[in-house]
Amino acid sequence: MNQRKIRVLIGKPGLDGHDRGAKTVASVLRDNGMEVIYTGLHKTPAMIAETALQEDVDVVGLSILSGAHMELFPRVREELHNRGLDHVLLVGGGIIPADDMAALESNGFTKLFGPGTHTEDIARFIQGEMEKRWAKEAADA
Amino acid sequence: MNSQQPSLAQGLLAGQRGALARAITWAENADRRFPQLLEDVYAAVGRSHRLGVTGPPGAGKSTLVNQLARHLRELERTVGILAVDPSSPFTGGALLGDRIRMEERTLDPGVFIRSMASRGSRGGLARATVDAFDVMDAFGFDQLIVETVGVGQAEYDVVGAADTVLVVLCPGAGDGVQAMKSGLLEVADVLCINKADLPGADRMVADLEEAVHIRTAGKGLWMPPVVSVSAGTDQGLDGLLEAIQSHRAWLEAEGRLQLSRQEQRLDQVQRVLREGFDHAIWEGRGLEGYARAMIKASRTPHGAAERILEQLKAALPSEWAQVQEETQP
Repeated sequence: MNQRKIRVLIGKPGLDGHDRGAKTVASVLRDNGMEVIYTGLHKTPAMIAETALQEDVDVVGLSILSGAHMELFPRVREELHNRGLDHVLLVGGGIIPADDMAALESNGFTKLFGPGTHTEDIARFIQGEMEKRWAKEAADA
Repeated sequence: MNSQQPSLAQGLLAGQRGALARAITWAENADRRFPQLLEDVYAAVGRSHRLGVTGPPGAGKSTLVNQLARHLRELERTVGILAVDPSSPFTGGALLGDRIRMEERTLDPGVFIRSMASRGSRGGLARATVDAFDVMDAFGFDQLIVETVGVGQAEYDVVGAADTVLVVLCPGAGDGVQAMKSGLLEVADVLCINKADLPGADRMVADLEEAVHIRTAGKGLWMPPVVSVSAGTDQGLDGLLEAIQSHRAWLEAEGRLQLSRQEQRLDQVQRVLREGFDHAIWEGRGLEGYARAMIKASRTPHGAAERILEQLKAALPSEWAQVQEETQP
């Protein structure tokens, strides 16, 4: 009877007016059976984390094209941590140099997706991660 | 696993928003821990006023809910909001976007907003809306608001979930005859013409008032007030809040609220029973083998179903008929 769905928050932190990528990813995740919450542009890290809490999402995906990722991404992670949301799968994407991607991936972000990524790959990655996590949860219970 | 139940219930009753969020997830997922959780918090359920906001797509429901929440916060009332959007019937996925118009409320500790996908339910709400309302009620909000999916002329589940139903319409969406045939008028406790700055609003108010009058005059029924507002510019919101409040006062007089809540509970029991029954008879392969045998033994599918139903009825305990007889109205 359990009807669990993958719930995803797509967030756009900071002063960044381009959300075509975020909307594209949101649509693809929806078409892969996920429930996607999109909150629009110009959100503070606290707003994104508070929304993640109220919506009890499994995944937070951040999109950024402004170059402020090294400032904003860790702050979102911190705000999630402050709310006890370390279990949330944290991913991101945008125009992010390889070195920065590596730095973020060793700092709480499970995966960063750069330009040229196939959108279906993002959906498959999230599905794969959640399957692993839910299997582990079931085994622990 | 059982040891988690008291802690989530305690967290919820202690005002932890994360615990409330998880409780709603359990309700949505039909998680088997939910019934016990609800039992653990149920003593605290029943204090919130429940408002349902419904209307066609694009009528301005989300914007209106945002403005209602803002005004309620000015009156220092706490607000819990459920915003329902449709799930895809093909993939089961959903894009939940009502929060976009409520973003100013995100960091207000007196407001909690949850987006819900309808998950196959076709009555304008999600299957678990009333369950989610119950845990939000236990959490302690003064006002609960559910915004339905954009509805047409045949989605009325909101009646079973709300004490007061607000129907939002806007000018240019058909004449007074549309309003008369649409069942939306029958479910409305308060009618709201949004975007009242657009041409045609006055005419629409007059048409609706006439339709309401024809339906309710002289019958001792509640006569739904027709209020025009412009949610975008925040005009008329005070009048709308007053109309909602006056319906609430009417309900609370002469025990009407109690009766209406009893009907809501009956709805809830019927829904849970239907789901449980469905699950019980089809789980695994369940009755399937028997059903196939009955199909072979019958001339039509209806005949097969009837034979199965007779068997099921025969298996009901004998007290059932007795209780039914005793409780005949």
